[in-house]
Amino acid sequence: MAAKGRIVWVSGPAVKADGMSDAKMYETVVVGNSKLVGEVIRLTGDVAFIQVYESTSGLKPGEPVIGTGNPLSVLLGPGIIGQIYDGIQRPLKELSKASGSFIGRGITTTPVDMIKKYHFVPTVSNGDVVAAGNVIGTVQETDLIVHSILVPPDHTGGKISNMVSEGDYNLETVLATTEKDGQKIPLKMYHRWPVRKPRPYKNRYDPTVPLLTGQRVIDTFFPIAKGGTGSIPGAFGTGKTVTLHQIAKWADSQVVVYIGCGERGNEMTEVLVEFPHLKDPRSGKPLMDRTVLVANTSNMPVAAREASIYTGVTIAEYYRDMGYDVVLVADSTSRWAESLREMSGRLEEMPAEEGYPSYLASRLAEFYERAGRVRAIGSPDRDGSVTLVGAVSPSGGDFTEPVTTHTMRFIKTFWALDAKLAYSRHYPSINWMNSYSGYLGDIAKWWGENINPDWLSLRSEAYGVLQREDTLKEIVRLLGPEALPDEEKLILEVARMLKIGLLQQNSFDDVDTYCSPQKQYKLLKLLVEFYRRGQHALKEGASLADIRAMSIVSTLLKARMDIKDNEISKLDQLDIDMKEQFKSIIGVKITN
Amino acid sequence: MTAEGGVQYSKIAEIKGPLVVVDDVENAAFDELVEIETKEGERRLGKVLEVGNGKAIVQVFEGTTGLSISGTSAKFVGKLMEMPVSKEVLGRVFDGLGRPKDGLPDPIADKFIDINGEPMNPEQREYPKDFIQTGVSVIDGMITLVRGQKLPIFSGSGMSHNILAAQIARQANVVGTKDDFAVVFAAIGVQYSEAEYFRRSLEESGALKRSVLFLNTADDPAIERIITPRVALTVAEYLAFDLGMHVLVILTDMTNYAEALREISAAREEVPGRKGYPGYLYTDLSTIYERAGKLNGRKGSVTQVPILSMPSDDITHPIPDLTGYITEGQVVLGRDLFRQGVYPPINILMSLSRLMKDGIGAGSTREDHSEVSNQVYDAYSRAQEVRALAGIVGKAGLTDIDLKYMDVGDVFEKEFLTQATDENRTIEETLNLLWKIVSKLPKNEITKIKDKYIDQYYREN
Repeated sequence: MAAKGRIVWVSGPAVKADGMSDAKMYETVVVGNSKLVGEVIRLTGDVAFIQVYESTSGLKPGEPVIGTGNPLSVLLGPGIIGQIYDGIQRPLKELSKASGSFIGRGITTTPVDMIKKYHFVPTVSNGDVVAAGNVIGTVQETDLIVHSILVPPDHTGGKISNMVSEGDYNLETVLATTEKDGQKIPLKMYHRWPVRKPRPYKNRYDPTVPLLTGQRVIDTFFPIAKGGTGSIPGAFGTGKTVTLHQIAKWADSQVVVYIGCGERGNEMTEVLVEFPHLKDPRSGKPLMDRTVLVANTSNMPVAAREASIYTGVTIAEYYRDMGYDVVLVADSTSRWAESLREMSGRLEEMPAEEGYPSYLASRLAEFYERAGRVRAIGSPDRDGSVTLVGAVSPSGGDFTEPVTTHTMRFIKTFWALDAKLAYSRHYPSINWMNSYSGYLGDIAKWWGENINPDWLSLRSEAYGVLQREDTLKEIVRLLGPEALPDEEKLILEVARMLKIGLLQQNSFDDVDTYCSPQKQYKLLKLLVEFYRRGQHALKEGASLADIRAMSIVSTLLKARMDIKDNEISKLDQLDIDMKEQFKSIIGVKITN
Repeated sequence: MTAEGGVQYSKIAEIKGPLVVVDDVENAAFDELVEIETKEGERRLGKVLEVGNGKAIVQVFEGTTGLSISGTSAKFVGKLMEMPVSKEVLGRVFDGLGRPKDGLPDPIADKFIDINGEPMNPEQREYPKDFIQTGVSVIDGMITLVRGQKLPIFSGSGMSHNILAAQIARQANVVGTKDDFAVVFAAIGVQYSEAEYFRRSLEESGALKRSVLFLNTADDPAIERIITPRVALTVAEYLAFDLGMHVLVILTDMTNYAEALREISAAREEVPGRKGYPGYLYTDLSTIYERAGKLNGRKGSVTQVPILSMPSDDITHPIPDLTGYITEGQVVLGRDLFRQGVYPPINILMSLSRLMKDGIGAGSTREDHSEVSNQVYDAYSRAQEVRALAGIVGKAGLTDIDLKYMDVGDVFEKEFLTQATDENRTIEETLNLLWKIVSKLPKNEITKIKDKYIDQYYREN
């Protein structure tokens, strides 16, 4: 039976209630006369410690607390795509109908429209035996998403009866009934799943397919794989949010879950305003048709921030189970960690580093472990993936603080944003010396098979130039560039060209904002060729000044903006022009 | 102890720092307003920070100096702290708690609003994109401000942030509109002279009658500072969203606010985060800064320019650090430029406006704006590197192209950045100055501007 207690103490988002001996850990409870949503996070005797997901202003001791008997869960069914939710899956649009422009309290809504009818196409028939995770039919959720209706993963399975025929039904319609051991269970278009419990899968695969983001510094230099994990730490103003928006816009996944966790309200608005107008480069459909937003902005209640991450990842796993590649972007995991710290403080737990609770690392590990490329349970066979990308906002830009250091232990791709690069307007300000990708070896095969076999060696050669430049820079800083021989000056010049022509990318330029893997490869190839031919030209007696004076230099630097994705054959012409210009400065034919 | 019309009087059990612990509390709510009355009949205001088990912890805004345990009682008012608002607040001066300070009676209230406000629903926000011309070249050209943005000024002690903020308040307008405009100014623990400078500046420009001032000066109670920005923003939201005005809110100095917050946190013996500031400083600051914006279907806007002084000019200090994570950019004043006598001494490389990209371009400023400003950022950053190099190898060790960048740095600082405190430049003038800087470079150094704009605006000199 549900617990019924009474508030005895209130301090910010933390509430204690007595008479709660029937309550369970992590059970959802309704708090006070204004029916706020809360969750039990500690039980001592008959006193429950509750974190409340809404503002507790005006709450008094003596008001009732009522248990719901259920853990914090999300509703999973068609209608999720295109929504913007708060941290506990309440649609913000519905909240605004109830309370206007500002977010009120104690409002109950359903996460999706339960009345809306979807065209259901059954894929199993009466008499079939289904198990947990089986697909019983499909509905077209958006232009881009065919939504598989799944037997819930915690379902016992059984023999199908009373299956409806193809037609339009709403979410509450009983589509079929399963029967096992005399027990009948109705199946609907939706089920609920507790957010803190990872959804089960059959097998896990190694991530070997790159998640293409259209961002050159990511795809070419520090790639992430589908089902992989990545982290993007950076001080304020280094462009975390812009980079995450870019990933959400252009990643070649079928579903994107964007969690705005303790960040700016206007950033969520920006996504809401922009995404319906942006077209997915592969399907040509609006990006909103594949996107779900979870918003707990910085001024929204802090406890719901802790929940928002789990809400988001559970939705991501649900679409993974239908066989989709899903990208989840969380901005920012530091704010989530801070909400843990705040609740931990109110629980008067012994703090570890910088006041964070000692379980910070294990919570981070649990979260990132929910990424992966998997074979879903049930039949037919479906392979899907959840890729997790979390922003980290280290205080003072210091990467040795606890959230950054713990996160680094559990992720494989690390995109370190650099304030110095951002100050000089080198965007994305991903520092190529401090960043790394653990997937490079795994996904090189894909590039080799799908783009060009020499991709990995070109990438290594270009990266080698950047590494050499990093050491030479020290000498230049002490002695000036004239102290270097031409061969080394060439390295500085090529590094400059790599930075401007390849690593930098203007998210706000219509052409440059997205770069196909083919174009990335050709730009990389051109710049590496430039380096090779430059070395050769110097050997043949040309001077660095001759090389710098070639008009091809600035053409190459602007190629990323000037040449569109659908006209990349123009890049081949640049290669011919470059060869000609090198030929003219040394006066002899370059053998290539 | 004694109930009177549902209102409860209780006795004080303990006084520590800015907090009092009230005993025998039966019916108090979290966040509720409290009136503390001394034996002598003096009344102070406070609010409930924690309530339970018959006790309430109350934070006293005016401080606890002079309070005694015997004879002092607390009355729980039965409501949250509210600010009375109406159109009559325009032209008025209030104290840090929102009580009249100009000798005039309370304005007749149109309504009473909870000063904590409620979070704006992101789904109901309107994305800010109306360019505000401040007449300050470096802001309009490189760190553009738009209506509904929160753009703080990061300053250091003694620098010219107030002069800059006052200039913005006097000159800011959206080109080609005649919308209702108001200024809300909140002084948070600043010196009397600074607040007075601001008041006079508004008066001289004739803007005072469209302004509302909230003054908590350095000699006013420190805990009151927790309330000052909140009452100011409550009035601003009312003017913007109920009356349809475009409101510019200036909050100075947010560092004093954060220190007041730290004082309370320490008195509550909370586990501190960095530099003794509470772990929830980020969340708390966001409940102030996020009260900027525009809303769908409503005419007005709230634009915030908070000012904070960075302790020891350290941008990684928790206050500027957490502020920068919440606000939509920052305008950073540079000590070096200030020493050289440059006004405004803005370090553009560390400054940023996140909403600039949508506020500029064809239709609002000019189609080349974004690219020319990117090129100048790039060039000025190169100029700084070259200057550093010249300090080591001397000018003789520099290449011709390096020298051109030195020139860019000088023109940028002397002709573009520098301007008089009463000089109001149009966006056209500002953009032309940017092209003057770019034109110092040979064309093949210009990598961020499309050829068509170079052909149109580049002029060799």
